[in-house]
Amino acid sequence: MVLTTLLSRSAYSVALAALVAGLAACGGDSPTATTEGTDAGGTDSPSGIAGDIQVDGSSTVFPISEAMAEEFMAANPETRVTVGVSGTGGGFEKFCTGETDISNASRPIKQEEIEACEQAGVEFVELPVAFDGITVVTNTGNDWVQCLTTEELNTIWAPEAEGQVANWNQVRPDFPNQPLGLYGPGTDSGTFDYFTDAINGEEGASRGDYTASEDDNVVVQGVGSDDGGLGYFGYAYYEENEGQLKALEIENEAGECVAPSRETIADGTYAPLARPIFIYVNREAYETKPQVQAFVDYQVDPANEELVSEAGYIALPADISEKVVARVSNATTGSIYEGGSSVGVKLSDKL
Amino acid sequence: MTAEVPPQSSASLWRPNRQRSKQIQNLVVVITGAFAAISILTTLGIVATLMFETFEFFREVPFWNFLTDRRWTPLFSSKQFGIFVLISATVLTSVIAILVALPLGLLAAICLSEYAQPKTRRILKPVLEILAGIPSVVFGYFALLTVTPFLQSFIPNLQGFNALSAGLILGISITPLVASLSEDAIYSVPQSLRDGSYALGATRRETITAVVLPAALSGIVASLILAVSRAIGETMIVTLAAGQNPTLGLNPFVPVMTMTAYIVQVSLGDTPVGSLAFKTIFAVGMTLFLMTLVLNLFSFWFVRRFREKYE
Repeated sequence: MVLTTLLSRSAYSVALAALVAGLAACGGDSPTATTEGTDAGGTDSPSGIAGDIQVDGSSTVFPISEAMAEEFMAANPETRVTVGVSGTGGGFEKFCTGETDISNASRPIKQEEIEACEQAGVEFVELPVAFDGITVVTNTGNDWVQCLTTEELNTIWAPEAEGQVANWNQVRPDFPNQPLGLYGPGTDSGTFDYFTDAINGEEGASRGDYTASEDDNVVVQGVGSDDGGLGYFGYAYYEENEGQLKALEIENEAGECVAPSRETIADGTYAPLARPIFIYVNREAYETKPQVQAFVDYQVDPANEELVSEAGYIALPADISEKVVARVSNATTGSIYEGGSSVGVKLSDKL
Repeated sequence: MTAEVPPQSSASLWRPNRQRSKQIQNLVVVITGAFAAISILTTLGIVATLMFETFEFFREVPFWNFLTDRRWTPLFSSKQFGIFVLISATVLTSVIAILVALPLGLLAAICLSEYAQPKTRRILKPVLEILAGIPSVVFGYFALLTVTPFLQSFIPNLQGFNALSAGLILGISITPLVASLSEDAIYSVPQSLRDGSYALGATRRETITAVVLPAALSGIVASLILAVSRAIGETMIVTLAAGQNPTLGLNPFVPVMTMTAYIVQVSLGDTPVGSLAFKTIFAVGMTLFLMTLVLNLFSFWFVRRFREKYE
């Protein structure tokens, strides 16, 4: 008996030791992962293009960059595109010190950022890559509202509305006495950031008592089955679910009610819930690094616009994308917005 | 064991290789010990992580706010941390689930063990257990896409996401657990007790309600509590069908957000590790863990206290 207890005891400690050793081994493995052969001197690569491309910036543009980068790297295996997510502002900070080759931005570059770039001698090429539009939807059975103003949307979605605004008749007095059911994207989504910025004046400022989901389908389900439902999500997703939901017109600054469509989003009349999104390219990197040039050309090539749609955005219409391609080949520097906002600016006129 | 073996035994003589069987024996002990240790260490690791992150959470959020805030909006700019918003939703769906699972499961168990012919029982019991094998995501979509529209046809103000259909289907999903465990408890009541009851002139129904069920009570209650724990921890059904809108209250017709649904919501986004939002899921997880722990301890105590022992 004594022998067996001793034996089993030692066995357990052996087992434990083995386990701990195993765990330690697992822990030790992690840092050695990643890093493939990168700067492999170009000559043996099939496309002849090799090297690193540094992209950083907006989380809104990230899905496009990521999709483009994946396909681009598959076609050019010797290249390595690193896409970071520091936000538009954080991206420009790195871009204007020359750290990154391309900066993703969900808004035009600001005056102070232009100055920072100038001081560091960084010239940039501003390229719209897609449109990001938000559609506000209601149940198809909703017959009392066609058009909402941004003030009314603010009444519904403002942080102060939390627990207070719960009925349609609080939005506009002639609306019926119908409970308001709210659905929208979660706080990690770029759509949420833009909507709260455009409607509530501050990114991230929103009431919290609504059905928030990172899955747009939840919004479709919720609004589709709730007579008093109201929700919002990206226009591209609405296109896929047209007919199940009713898209509202939004009154723009000129006082017109405009329904979201590819045309109204592209020409800037569907405002403020639509905007172009950009990449900013370091001109020097574009001219001296063939891999950056190849990647930028790849991104603006209309042949790849399907990747934009897949990422949930609206590809640029043909006339605009033509101008963007021309802008790339001429390496036109400077911002068409001159440090201002993109709201209400017709992109096709400015490019 | 200690029989002397001649040092030069002839090859034709068979001898057990004791040295080797000892080694194998040791190896088996090591292997089984290692596996037992893995499960224990995993549990300890989970509890330690939960405690550590929860502690971090309460360094930023006062415990009092956690208990008394009337809203749950940790991801928004107006941060409030009223855990009872989530607890109320979890309790609501679980109560509805138990209201479904208790009668269904218990009656099924009684039918199986008391009324069914042995042959029928042999077929019915595995069929009932198949229900337990349905993935909960399937139950969730069933609740969302089939049960809710059906209920809406006669409950007009029922919203697309609601606690009611989630709770009903949650109840169906835990019914096999209640039925199977209760049935085991009822079935193991000695036949002699039933015979005694019949000998006194009791009918079958009287025997079941007055003798068999009280005798099996501890097992039934244990199965029920286990089922409640499952309902509280169940994730997919409530995430899909009950919605993700943190509302305080016990209205089963509107979207609610259970604790598990909140954890799913945060885990699906790209919440940075170490942020307050990230820590909230551990605080919620800890609450969930404590709730099921209390239930399990209660069940353990109840079974001990009320178990009827028969020879």
